[in-house]
Amino acid sequence: MTIVWNDPVNLMSYVTYVFQTVFGYTREKAEKLMMDVHHKGKAVVSSGTREEMERDVQILHSYGLWATLQPDSVK
Amino acid sequence: MSSGFSRGRNGGVVAVFEAAEVSLLRSLVSMMLGIVSPGQTSDDPLERALGIGDGAAPSDPVLARLFPSAYEDEKESVEFRRYTEATLRDGKRADAQTVHETARSGRFELSPEEAQAWLRSLNDLRLTLGTKLDVTEEVHDEIAMMSEDDPRYPAYVTYDWLTYLQDSLVRALW
Repeated sequence: MTIVWNDPVNLMSYVTYVFQTVFGYTREKAEKLMMDVHHKGKAVVSSGTREEMERDVQILHSYGLWATLQPDSVK
Repeated sequence: MSSGFSRGRNGGVVAVFEAAEVSLLRSLVSMMLGIVSPGQTSDDPLERALGIGDGAAPSDPVLARLFPSAYEDEKESVEFRRYTEATLRDGKRADAQTVHETARSGRFELSPEEAQAWLRSLNDLRLTLGTKLDVTEEVHDEIAMMSEDDPRYPAYVTYDWLTYLQDSLVRALW
């Protein structure tokens, strides 16, 4: 799973825009994820194979989001 | 401040800047190029050709924020860094260079690709300043209460200006 963590710098508008741009999510879905990050401190933004998640994390890092990868329990 | 961005043609944006703002922005992205050195890859020629680095986590807090650890597990994080950090560093440097080369006073247009580079670079600058200033989510209110004689004031005002610019750019691209 790809997880994005809340931080005091990244703007709510920017985070929403990045979720839309990177994942092709609708604005509604992107906004919901952004609000989860903001209020709950983190949100799972994508899931898939390890290679896919590593690619997602790398792209999110290029946009400056604080993203981490949590391997699923089954490897 | 009337500067900022608006929607342009063919997915690009139109930017308006004053001369003083352009010199400030240029000096900020030059600082960025000083902080983010080119991707350091290992001594092994094959690894270097593939952009594989040593994977050590940066000890500087700004660099640690610009290049966060991808895994909780340190061994996996090191492995991820080995394969990604050099590319990320080069990307951030290229974005900063795009801002440096395209910023000018008055009105100018940015292509969709240039606008993305600006967006990422403005965020890198905010992350850098924000980490150095240890900002909280209430930073905007803190500035409003801060005395102009406070030695931190210029840096905070710069941070607030970058925030305004980035938000303006996101809205122009949406």
